[in-house]
Amino acid sequence: MTGVVPVLITTFLAAMVEAIEMVVIVLGVGETRGWRSTALGAVAGFGVLAVIVAALGVALSAIPISPLRLVVGSLLLVFGLQWFRKGVVRVAARGLAGMQMAGDDTAERWTGDGVDWTAFVLSFKGVVLEGLEVAFIVVSFGANANQLGASVVAGAAALLVVGAAGAVLRPLVTRIPRSLLQLVVGVLLTTFGSFWALEGLGVTWPGQDAAILGLLALYALTALANIAIERRRDALVVTPART
Amino acid sequence: MRRPLSWIVAFGRFWYSFIIGDDWTIAATVAAGLIVTAALNARGVAAWWLIPLIVVVLVRVSVQRSKREPVAPRR
Repeated sequence: MTGVVPVLITTFLAAMVEAIEMVVIVLGVGETRGWRSTALGAVAGFGVLAVIVAALGVALSAIPISPLRLVVGSLLLVFGLQWFRKGVVRVAARGLAGMQMAGDDTAERWTGDGVDWTAFVLSFKGVVLEGLEVAFIVVSFGANANQLGASVVAGAAALLVVGAAGAVLRPLVTRIPRSLLQLVVGVLLTTFGSFWALEGLGVTWPGQDAAILGLLALYALTALANIAIERRRDALVVTPART
Repeated sequence: MRRPLSWIVAFGRFWYSFIIGDDWTIAATVAAGLIVTAALNARGVAAWWLIPLIVVVLVRVSVQRSKREPVAPRR
């Protein structure tokens, strides 16, 4: 039997990594598409999670998570790449000053009457997958150390702390121009999508979870390089060389 | 009968828009990349680099293509 404090610390830190991924997705999608459908998706995701956790309890660890990672990761990768590409094109075309003045009339914000299913599905999937991973961490750490109560407290605390941090950071996120935000969220969804899809296939990432930071850096550099190339090309088209 | 049918059509349109969007080559290339990655992984080859490489190339190609056709805002 392991002590309470080591279980609290290890469960809290491991659950916090998953909770950060969940909050980043919900925050990014909410600010880009609008909050109503994103919040509905998150609430529905937590509802499904609550049912699964209540029904299975400790038997939760028997659920095969790899197929879920593959499906959710592949969908996020494909959708994230669409926003990645559009974000690069829009930021390259307007630049930051131009976007702030123009009011971003072509950004991805939902303007329809009903539910924005895109925001709903992105938020729902992020909450269900990451929430399940938090639940797995809580169950496996708690059961192995025979300290399930402590690991439940640590997992719940990690969700609350990261959720509160997201709420505090939200005013800063609203200041980011929408097209730049679309690019940032596109890069993040592509990063998480790549990581989860390959984990779902059983591929081992070098550095394990730290590979997410490597992917993020690679995709951010790709975005910056593409923006620079497109801006230079646009400048050459607007001001052709005189003969 | 018309209401369930229109719901199914709307459901299909949503997933088409979500997965395919306005550039079908993204979904097709990612699907092919995942299949090749799975095949390499099954043979014991380290294949974690393939999807990141595909993403880098795909973004460049897709940006170039979309510059020729203006992108309509998503609804």
